[in-house]
Amino acid sequence: MNFRKTFAVKAAGLTALLTLCYAVAGTTLPHPAHAHASDASSAAFASPRHFGQTDGAALYQAICQGCHMPDAKGATGAGTYPALASNANLEAAGYPVAMVVHGQKAMPPIGEFLDDDQVAAVVNYVRTHFGNHYTDTVTAADVKAAR
Amino acid sequence: MGFRDMKRRDLLSLIGTVAGSAVMYQAATSLGLAAETTYKGPIKLDGDAKGASILILGAGVAGLVAAIELRKAGYKVQVLEYREKAGGRSWSLRGGDTYTELGGFKQTVGFDKGLYINPGPWRIPYHHRAVLDYCHRYGVALEPFNQVNYNAYLHSAKAYGGKPQRFREIQADYHGHVAELLAKLTHQNALDGTVTKEDQEKLLESLRAWGGLDKNYAYAASLESSNVRGYEKAPGGGVNGAPVPSTPANLGDVMQGGLWRFLGMGLRDEFQSTIFQPVGGMDQFPTALAREVKDLIRFNTKVTEIHQDDRGVTVTYTDTLKGGAPQTAKADWCLCTIPLSVLSQIKLNVGPKMANAISAVPYEAAAKVGLQFKRRFWEQDEAIYGGISFTDLPIAMIGYPNSGYGSPGKGVLLGTYVFGAYAMEYTAMPPEERIKRALAYGAQIHPQYTKEFDTGVAVGWHRVPWTLGCHASWTEETRAAHYQDLCQVDGRIALAGEHASYITGWQEGAILSSLDAISRLHQRVVTA
Repeated sequence: MNFRKTFAVKAAGLTALLTLCYAVAGTTLPHPAHAHASDASSAAFASPRHFGQTDGAALYQAICQGCHMPDAKGATGAGTYPALASNANLEAAGYPVAMVVHGQKAMPPIGEFLDDDQVAAVVNYVRTHFGNHYTDTVTAADVKAAR
Repeated sequence: MGFRDMKRRDLLSLIGTVAGSAVMYQAATSLGLAAETTYKGPIKLDGDAKGASILILGAGVAGLVAAIELRKAGYKVQVLEYREKAGGRSWSLRGGDTYTELGGFKQTVGFDKGLYINPGPWRIPYHHRAVLDYCHRYGVALEPFNQVNYNAYLHSAKAYGGKPQRFREIQADYHGHVAELLAKLTHQNALDGTVTKEDQEKLLESLRAWGGLDKNYAYAASLESSNVRGYEKAPGGGVNGAPVPSTPANLGDVMQGGLWRFLGMGLRDEFQSTIFQPVGGMDQFPTALAREVKDLIRFNTKVTEIHQDDRGVTVTYTDTLKGGAPQTAKADWCLCTIPLSVLSQIKLNVGPKMANAISAVPYEAAAKVGLQFKRRFWEQDEAIYGGISFTDLPIAMIGYPNSGYGSPGKGVLLGTYVFGAYAMEYTAMPPEERIKRALAYGAQIHPQYTKEFDTGVAVGWHRVPWTLGCHASWTEETRAAHYQDLCQVDGRIALAGEHASYITGWQEGAILSSLDAISRLHQRVVTA
């Protein structure tokens, strides 16, 4: 996590400061974050800098559904969060991997909050649920190469 | 008194009396007293606008300020706004309001009359001169926002047995031990060769005062230390009036407890006293601005395309209430204040540099939860009047109301304000679950939560329909690659908003960006 860079650049008031507090806290206080609890509920709010969930469904529910919604059908206001359900753009696995890691437009990058296994898990989950039936599997190595 | 004998501040007050605040401000700048802002006082758009027309997209503070100033300068102004009212992210939620976030999750705010939360901006630092100037010019009443409250709590579930500590005690213990250590080093001659003997004497004197050290330069249970960190039994009157000093935590506990990491926030320029809030909610600010230009704003208007050619700008929009076929608005120029998270999805014919810049900036995740309680127990039980308690729990902080002190009725506090991964998790939950979480965590600091909770409201910024995120999140790399391209006038279009500033996430950034953009647009118009 590029904490130093984040802190130096974001002059956005609180964001930077809380990132600092959390980043320092994360190094000295034993957060259960990296224990990677498999149970979805106990993994919630594991760490300010890293999601605790490990399986694809739990990760989807903790992160993706904030914008793409629980049914993966997206939402529209002044702008749109696209549906992931039955989404042909998911056919090339590298596309959702790159979106999760690097973001694009209204999609923020999530890569700094997830390890390679977590990115692979959530991409595999979305590509095999919500009307998507892509059988090829993304691996942690694929994610690592995309970072 | 001769002119030569006047002190600088006397001169300023004289200039202020005679010439008004704008002249005084310029005088202050030239005297080096006001270098903390680039705001130069009320904007002057001199020269003939030649009857030019301009479309302003967005009626947040950037758009409102532009509408006020450009109309004054002689432009024909139209403002298109997606929401049903002005203000954008400068927004307050009060009793009776309904808020429907993306996904259709609807909340009806159950707060008592006069109680509110500000889901977006909630502070105005004294050096945000542009915001303050517009507040003053348009009659927005201000009151202090207590950033630092010495009697609020600092808390970690993993320190001090999970018991919240008063800010005052943690700060006193941290300063006290640092002062004692430095005094010891001085006495051991460890500073010889680095600090002169004369300076060492002054240093010792200052350490004693600053750190609350006793006459032996020790930070220990004493009236000196209690004068800083508070007493075991405070000084009183009568036969039992004698104070009893409190006992500081030892150095190891202070360091390992880690609460010192919360001490620095109020020391930062952005959060130093004095900070203000508008009386009655942050939306009183945009509401006052909108009053000036209400005849210019078309609400419930969703922009779907922005097209420019040699003759002008055509904006296509739909009416979100009435629906129907897309309509168009035309003008010679366009100031677009739509957040980049939304603008990046709108068809727009600008050059590749600006287009790339628009697509390059993600928006920060943030979440706030407002909680109403049956009584103001933080005041009644704990003597916490306004300000903020900080914690490493996923609520990050508890913000107490900075008004209505001592009111007998219900009270509303800010029960969560988080960014990053925690904010994403909050946003992914249904609103009622966010409130439940805020209550469960907050009860670790205030056990009264459980009995006194009444009602709440929760906002996850990526689900806010008109912005899809909290504020622009630049990095060093994206600034270097795209910031200048974002801020250029592209043909007949200029962008403005907090995203086109170095004060992202603050209204000051939105206004300074807007004033800069309209100045450059105006320059093109008068020199055309």
